[in-house]
Amino acid sequence: MTEAPPVDWGWIQRQLDGVIADRLLEHLYLSFPPILLGLLVALPLGIASARWRPVYPPVLSGANMLYAIPSIALFYLLAPYTGLTPWTAIIPLALYTLAILVPNVVDGLNQVPDHVRQAAAAMGFGPLRRLLQVELPAAIPVVAAGLRVASVATISMVSVASVVGLGGLGQLILTEGFQRQFPTPIIAGILLSVLLAFLTDGALVLLQRWLTPWTRGRRAEAGRASRRARASSAPAREEEAVP
Amino acid sequence: MNVVLWILEWFGRPEQWTGTSGIPARFLEHVLYSGLALLLSAAIAVPVGLVTGHTGRGGFLAATLANFARALPTIGVLMLVVLVLGIGLAPVMAALVALAVPPILVNTYEGVRGVDPQLRDAAEGMGMRGREVLLRLETPIALPLILVGLRTAAIQVVSTATIAAFVGLGGLGRFIVDGRARQDFPMILGGSLLVVLLALIVIVLFALLRRVLVARGLRRRAAAPI
Repeated sequence: MTEAPPVDWGWIQRQLDGVIADRLLEHLYLSFPPILLGLLVALPLGIASARWRPVYPPVLSGANMLYAIPSIALFYLLAPYTGLTPWTAIIPLALYTLAILVPNVVDGLNQVPDHVRQAAAAMGFGPLRRLLQVELPAAIPVVAAGLRVASVATISMVSVASVVGLGGLGQLILTEGFQRQFPTPIIAGILLSVLLAFLTDGALVLLQRWLTPWTRGRRAEAGRASRRARASSAPAREEEAVP
Repeated sequence: MNVVLWILEWFGRPEQWTGTSGIPARFLEHVLYSGLALLLSAAIAVPVGLVTGHTGRGGFLAATLANFARALPTIGVLMLVVLVLGIGLAPVMAALVALAVPPILVNTYEGVRGVDPQLRDAAEGMGMRGREVLLRLETPIALPLILVGLRTAAIQVVSTATIAAFVGLGGLGRFIVDGRARQDFPMILGGSLLVVLLALIVIVLFALLRRVLVARGLRRRAAAPI
């Protein structure tokens, strides 16, 4: 081992506008589309699973099976078809989010109290309008909890996409750091990835508060909804939730 | 349908089934890496989750640490530890433990926190002390959730243990990494299918564990799909 300090601040200063910024931007471009795409797919799947119960077990098992496929393998398998386009990363990462998001959409819709549903029906809301204007908004806290877990997981998994040469902070770690036996870019890559995950998480919390003004100031109540939201924000893919 | 034929052909090659680079040997290696990582993670996360859940202290710190660990990029942890300690099992274990600790820790904590306070009062009324309350009341009640955490961790570990092949170790990742190097598609597919198979075995194993370990009165509450 060399005598050099573990972190070379000079390198970081020199590369801040260069390779570090480039890789960070690539990381952003590779992480947000899969999260959005995953949500777009998970919403109809979750709505269908909540409405028609027999749909749920096969959908959930399918999503869980996909989740078990190693990401590296999916990147390798897709690469010949999608080449060096972002889709090579976006498709697998979006598929992975389903295992987290679909159960949350289903739980979110299922925890809408019956009296709320009946009130909407009594006001003359049809099924579609009730879903869009009452049930989905009421499900936002639980869906948002799942979205937070999914985005943190996605942002950390994007690094693996660098193995197939798609850029992102993983590239900083592998090319700049590992291949040159130089720890500084590795540490910078890890910390930036964590920072990005935390910032995204924080932004989602703010977004959820803004979208669901009625949950503000009800912290003390600790009703079932928030309890459930907290529990499902905890583990990825938790089907059993909290009693 | 030629994908299916490819895979069948790959599994049918006789050399797959013998020797140190055959399917049985690689499968066993994968099981060993995953099992060791899961044991290490459980040894860290279960006691910490139980104690923080029981005392209610340090819960925020534990949750923050778990979030931090969850946000760590696996490749980064792997490569950093390789640079510091060299090639071997340690970097793989570091990366896998960082991945497995959060779900176990958070589920254990939530499991213990979620115990009905009336039950806790009843246990204290029966003369149980802190440690007894934790071990004889809270742990059994939290067990279903602890098992969920362990299972989530196990599936992620099994899927991610493929990275061992990146640092020259064995396991099912070898088929994926070597398959890529040789442009051997069926090999990558076959290796991935074996990983999925192992994940399915994990799911079945945890369903059995749940049946054996969780008290009957607690089992009814949540019938887990798969």
